Amino acid sequence: MAEHPQKPANLIKWFDPRNKSLGSWAFILNRITGLGLTLYLFLHLIMLGQLARGPEAYDGFIALVKNPIFLVGELLVIAAAFIHGLNGIRIGITSFGIAGGKQKQLFIGLMTVAVIAIVYFAIRMFTH
Amino acid sequence: MTQTWHVTYEIFRKKGDQSTHYDRFEMKVDPDEYVLDGIERIWAFHDRSLVFSHACHHSTCGACGMVVNGVEKLTCITPIRSVTKDGGVIRVQPMRNFPVISDLSVDMTVFYQRMESVGHQPVVSVGFEDSKGKLDSEDDLLRLSDCIECGLCISACPIALTTPAYLGPAVLAGAQQSGDLNPCVLELVDSENGAWRCHSAYECTEVCPSHVDPAWRIMDLRKKLVARRIKKFFGVK
Ligand code: HEM
Ligand code: SF4
Ligand code: FES
Repeated sequence: MAEHPQKPANLIKWFDPRNKSLGSWAFILNRITGLGLTLYLFLHLIMLGQLARGPEAYDGFIALVKNPIFLVGELLVIAAAFIHGLNGIRIGITSFGIAGGKQKQLFIGLMTVAVIAIVYFAIRMFTH
Repeated sequence: MTQTWHVTYEIFRKKGDQSTHYDRFEMKVDPDEYVLDGIERIWAFHDRSLVFSHACHHSTCGACGMVVNGVEKLTCITPIRSVTKDGGVIRVQPMRNFPVISDLSVDMTVFYQRMESVGHQPVVSVGFEDSKGKLDSEDDLLRLSDCIECGLCISACPIALTTPAYLGPAVLAGAQQSGDLNPCVLELVDSENGAWRCHSAYECTEVCPSHVDPAWRIMDLRKKLVARRIKKFFGVK
């Protein structure tokens, strides 16, 4: 009997958007932002850990993150949160049979909201 | 007037334990022919060892599903014109997520067994409508159900790609269609590898050649499963 083709190596293929439809792009985006936010959560906890090491260490750290590179990083976190959160609402409602036939329109609508929010935050962060 | 296009078929080949490769065939085709017509001519005139599956040639048997230029297609109804251009390439691969028997043929045994175990009805009532749009519930005319068990949805699903244990779109849609959620079916579909494994990529609905809309059916099945659980929690029969 022929073997099943599913192998651990396929885990990478989740992220292959070639020839895929909008629904897959949404799925891939959700997974990348979800994993990104989880990574950030750990970094964030490490940063909060600095608090326990006294005011100097914390102030030093804050000075470091004022660097533009960190600002860009922070903007990525904000972008990921908007994309993942708004897309998550879409998945949540369509997952229970509500507006299932409108999943593409919902995705485009919610991502438009996300883009507007991200641009707004970008302008605020880089002009202050 | 018929047109002539020159296209190159790139066909996935696999025999037993030999390593896989692609064979190229330069073909003269009419762009309004179907992708399967070209494959049949390759078999007839160029390479009799080419293995592929088909039967009906009119989108009813569900045997001719393949991946054409990266997208799942029922090759007997996919015009060459819709997948390439004059001078272009048609890359044909077997469906994904099924074991390959040889070349373009895959083993769909487990899939068919699952369709049967969830009670998918291959034949359904026509639901005869009279001239005033009224449905005749007494009607006993039958028709083939929409799902032709071609497996394209399972081939396109990014979750079926990660585990053969996932029942997959057509099977979950079959359970929804049958409507009979008896304990055996529930054990299959209300589970980790059933309706709850879907991650809403909607690829199944995208490739389904037969308007089954499996993604919608999976979501509808979930709604029914949740309703059952809530009723059970409150002790409602
Ligand atoms: C606004 C709040 C949020 C909502 C509405 C939300 C919604 C969702 C939904 C519906 C899924 C399932 C997607 C699927 O079925 O493929 C999901 C997955 C996930 N979420 Fe969130 N989420 C939120 C916030 C977060 C945060 C703050 C994190 C990280 C710290 C996070 C990390 C993840 C991860 C890692 C996954 C798994 C991704 C996958 O398997 O594809 N989420 N989220
Ligand atoms: S649901 Fe559609 S794509 Fe899936 S097996 Fe049935 S007919 Fe084919
Ligand atoms: S040959 Fe029967 S569906 Fe294509």
